[in-house]
Amino acid sequence: MPKASLELKGSSFTLSVLHINTSNLDSIAKELDLKLAQAPQFFIGAPLVLNLSALGDGPLDLSALQSLLVSRQLVIVGVTATSATLSEQAKAIGLATVKAGKSAPTPAPPQAEPTPKTTRILRQNVRSGQQIYVKNGDLIIIGAVGNGAEVIADGSIHIYGALRGKAMAGANGDNEAVIISTCLEPELISIAGHYWLTENLQKHGVAAKSGCVRLEGDSLTVESLPI
Amino acid sequence: MAQIIVVTSGKGGVGKTTSSAAIATGLAIRGHKTVVIDFDIGLRNLDLIMGCERRVVYDFVNVINGESNLNQALIKDKRSENLYVLPASQTRDKDALTREGVGKVLDELSKDFEYIVCDSPAGIETGALMALYFADVAIVTTNPEVSSVRDSDRILGILQSKSRRAEQNLEPIKEYLLLTRYSPTRVKNGEMLSVADVEEILAIKLLGVIPESQAVLRASNSGVPVIMDQESDAGQAYGDTVSRLLGEEIPLRFVTEEKKGLLKRIFGS
Repeated sequence: MPKASLELKGSSFTLSVLHINTSNLDSIAKELDLKLAQAPQFFIGAPLVLNLSALGDGPLDLSALQSLLVSRQLVIVGVTATSATLSEQAKAIGLATVKAGKSAPTPAPPQAEPTPKTTRILRQNVRSGQQIYVKNGDLIIIGAVGNGAEVIADGSIHIYGALRGKAMAGANGDNEAVIISTCLEPELISIAGHYWLTENLQKHGVAAKSGCVRLEGDSLTVESLPI
Repeated sequence: MAQIIVVTSGKGGVGKTTSSAAIATGLAIRGHKTVVIDFDIGLRNLDLIMGCERRVVYDFVNVINGESNLNQALIKDKRSENLYVLPASQTRDKDALTREGVGKVLDELSKDFEYIVCDSPAGIETGALMALYFADVAIVTTNPEVSSVRDSDRILGILQSKSRRAEQNLEPIKEYLLLTRYSPTRVKNGEMLSVADVEEILAIKLLGVIPESQAVLRASNSGVPVIMDQESDAGQAYGDTVSRLLGEEIPLRFVTEEKKGLLKRIFGS
């Protein structure tokens, strides 16, 4: 059987959506140029969908907007969330009116509202084979951490007892995290990915003593503590 | 209700079966009705240590599978009328143990007995988990060397997370340390961890220290629990251990080097 010369198949694509908040083409052009200057490679030839919801029923010269965008090497494939009149305009200049699927949740900007930092307090020995992880917070252990146990926190780790297993603070990359123990004899100690083994600690003369391990620049340091 | 005691360790060869046999026998000769269960399905040993290997007809797995009833499988000890042994199956493996099955057997035993001693297999797989799941008391048997101590630490973590008491948020299992094969001379020479070292690392209550002793091997080979040999140091140490388990406060013995007499020093031991 000869192969059909065409086939129709459904498929979904990820498209960037450009939200147009004003009908003032001058200010659009100005802001667009600023944006493009930040990452020109990212936008060149990028297929875009225009979201016109902010305009409501307001007037907009869609063909002028299109030529403005095309002149900056952006490819407009369609419009979405338009009023009936704008939708007609789009049809006239050959743009598809697309319906947004479930709109991807806008990724929260990292600096906006950090979830409050928590502290977890454990009054027990952490035994060999146990693993404790505190997400986005500090870990305080009143007890010992045995050989073969792992304690991990995105913040700092305080151990009022011996640390004989592994301790990893700043697991999320926090360079300010510290590890404090009243008896430092760990298998491994790490802050924001910089780590030491027992022998490194021994070189610094604090093995099996109380101390605080911090990150200074790119290397770990340890100071003994009078606790 | 019976008290369920698990004798466990993580590591093999540290003396779990010897200790189970000794402690169960000790409880029985002090008048407490006791049963000792071998959870080491497929590697049955407790019956040998208890000297009842020729009287095994039905076993623990038979009872779980409903192929026999408990009374048919329980072996009455020849030395103490308060003591019974529930042997393991030698032909099956650990998967024969189910939580429901074990729970049912323990429930039934609880009606008749004061103490149920569970002799755990080594490791942290099904057999060991089944032995410790229903426990009220855990006796963590440890040799004074680093690998045994680390495995004991692991088992303590499992007791705190995977036992019935942990899962149902009940009062935690009472954990005791039993230090076995202790040699004061080797500790003094720095070849072995001391009682204090092990206590510091594991941080649980010390129930007893059993010295390394010829008597243990002798007892195993003759099928008489070493606690019956009250002449021997190990037998006496197990006696003390049982007393402490029953709540008595008695000082530790056999933890310091024995002074050799003049003749022994001249002629050797």
